[in-house]
Amino acid sequence: MAHGPAKGLSRWLYTTNHKDIGSMYLWFSFAMFFLGGIFALVIRAELFQPGLQIVEPNFFNQMTTMHGLVMVFGAVMPAFVGLANWMVPMMIGAPDMALPRMNNWSFWILPFAFALLVSTLFMEAGAPNFGWTFYAPLSTTYAPDTVTFFIFGVHIMGASSIMGAINIIATILNMRAPGMTLMKMPLFVWTWLITAYLLIAVMPVLAGVVTMMLMDIHFGTSFFDAAGGGDPVLFQHVFWFFGHPEVYIMILPAFGVVSAIIPTFARKPLFGYSSMVYATASIAFLSFIVWAHHMFTVGMPLFGELVFMYATMLIAVPTGVKVFNWVTTMWKGSMTFETPMLFSIAFVILFTIGGFSGLMLAIAPADFQYHDTYFVVAHFHYVLVPGAIFSITAAVYYWLPKWCGRMYDENMGKAHFWLAFAGLNITFFPMHFSGLAGMPRRIPDYNPLWADWNMISSIGAFLFGAAQVMFLYIIIKTIRSGKPATARVWEGSHGLEWTVASPAPYHTFTTPPPKSDIEG
Amino acid sequence: MAQGQKHIQRTIAKLSGLAVVMFVFAVWVMPPLYNLFCEVAGLNGKTKGQYVVEAVSADVDTSRVVTVQFVAMNNENMPWAFKPKDFSVKVHPGEATVTHFLAANQTDKIMVGQAVPSMVPSNAINYFHKTECFCFNKQVLGPHEEAELGLQFIVDQALPKGVKTITLSYSLFDVTAMSSDDVEIKATDIQAHTQYESSILTAFSN
Repeated sequence: MAHGPAKGLSRWLYTTNHKDIGSMYLWFSFAMFFLGGIFALVIRAELFQPGLQIVEPNFFNQMTTMHGLVMVFGAVMPAFVGLANWMVPMMIGAPDMALPRMNNWSFWILPFAFALLVSTLFMEAGAPNFGWTFYAPLSTTYAPDTVTFFIFGVHIMGASSIMGAINIIATILNMRAPGMTLMKMPLFVWTWLITAYLLIAVMPVLAGVVTMMLMDIHFGTSFFDAAGGGDPVLFQHVFWFFGHPEVYIMILPAFGVVSAIIPTFARKPLFGYSSMVYATASIAFLSFIVWAHHMFTVGMPLFGELVFMYATMLIAVPTGVKVFNWVTTMWKGSMTFETPMLFSIAFVILFTIGGFSGLMLAIAPADFQYHDTYFVVAHFHYVLVPGAIFSITAAVYYWLPKWCGRMYDENMGKAHFWLAFAGLNITFFPMHFSGLAGMPRRIPDYNPLWADWNMISSIGAFLFGAAQVMFLYIIIKTIRSGKPATARVWEGSHGLEWTVASPAPYHTFTTPPPKSDIEG
Repeated sequence: MAQGQKHIQRTIAKLSGLAVVMFVFAVWVMPPLYNLFCEVAGLNGKTKGQYVVEAVSADVDTSRVVTVQFVAMNNENMPWAFKPKDFSVKVHPGEATVTHFLAANQTDKIMVGQAVPSMVPSNAINYFHKTECFCFNKQVLGPHEEAELGLQFIVDQALPKGVKTITLSYSLFDVTAMSSDDVEIKATDIQAHTQYESSILTAFSN
């Protein structure tokens, strides 16, 4: 019955093994992370000085658009799906995902989606240049012809995400080992369960909004065209009805990751487990009723501004619960500072900074000043880079010994952390200031007033890029020649994934684990 | 295991159903819901459709004067000349007022225009009733044709006290590309007209 992986390329093409598929997701997202990073560096190189130096304004717009799309849909989301594939079955004591064949398919359509999207860079009309938020009519009436490639690319990514989410929910709800009750599940499993519901609720809305664009562009409808009775503002409502839950899709699994790592290195159980679960669910619920805070300046009535302002500020409550729980978990713990822990602590601090700038942006009257400036760019990069990216990095360092059976080099890991930490803050902190000084987003040339902040940001960006090349080197070195890891890997590790050998055998938990192994 | 498979299938069926429902919600429910919401709440500067005057005509409130300003602009590449005949009128609430906009197609082609209204302040929208408006229909103009486009409106007596000036703006959109039927009808009209004219001319010259 037990058999190992097939040989050669067919192993990866036909595999239904959750570990293989998880690895493919992770490598794919890593590749996309570098591609999106290159786009970001083109942006930062152009903004190093005022004036047009390196690229044409239209190409600059293509870079901002593609950077956003590739990072959101290509790097962050597939990375979390990859982590879910690897870890969820092992954390709940299941032999594999509930739908292994669909799992294969949901991964393998992704490269095609991104091939469609990235191929537009080599076409005469150029890549999409309307920003990752693709507001109509920029993305309809004024879009380059390649917008249709973008639309179909988004359709395929959406299908992939929906299938992945269905698979994760079906696995968690039906395949838990006996004794693994819902309230004993590790928080990473909980956050992914809630994230998967968000995905199924809003990815179809994204598919809907691009379908409406497709109809407007090619089939003569007027969903977003005022001339035919439509309304461009409708686009923003539909988009952000997807878009706001989407930003939580990118952060809830991160909460799960740090909730696994901090207790390990503080050598204390997670403080307030059930409040963490309820806080996650509350954030997910609130994400559906705050979308118009992205649109304070469209001309909403005062009542609408107030409703969305207060609802948005309400999100700070469950998020605060989480932050206090992580801090309390560390309180008086026997802490050590291995690389995953460093990234997790940086996550808590820097994500909180991003949360505070979010609160500033939530104040409707103040938002009129901040709207569409670099302050917004600073805000969402502070929640996404130390939020999503740092937590994924922490997760890779934390579970890599389990995946490949070898330890990474701790000194190099720490060097990577400090380089990334410095690079990140040098890049994004000055953006708060250039934003408050009025620098608008998505411009290739700018007033010399903002020159100093931009030069600092650009230097930081290249530093951050170098840190990620180092990350790639560390991973390859670990896989090829790292020291063998033990089954438990970390002194303070808890959970079913640490009860199997390192590297994790190709098939785990073909028979459910004993109840005594399930903690909590 | 068979039992487990059945549970999994049930979960998948439910979740796939949810995905389909959300897609339908986005494409078929959200746009009409949005329009309804804007209409009920008077959001987004969208003025209402045709207003039917009730049988009992309301009294004109002569104690109050409201200035109604008109703004006309062309969207994008719309080549027509388009402006209000009166830039501003003073009206009493309850009084039916007629005003006109002037449009001229300055090209050699038949063109179709659609005016899209917007109004500030937004709290006046529910109190500004259009009984007749050129914006309810597309406007078709032949080459170098001019037209006086009519608008009849009543400002409601219940207009909030603070509102002293209402600004109604129209953006004129070029919808020729999506109105080939209207262009064809106009073309036949023009042809019939020229034939008629030339037949008269022929009759005279004979």
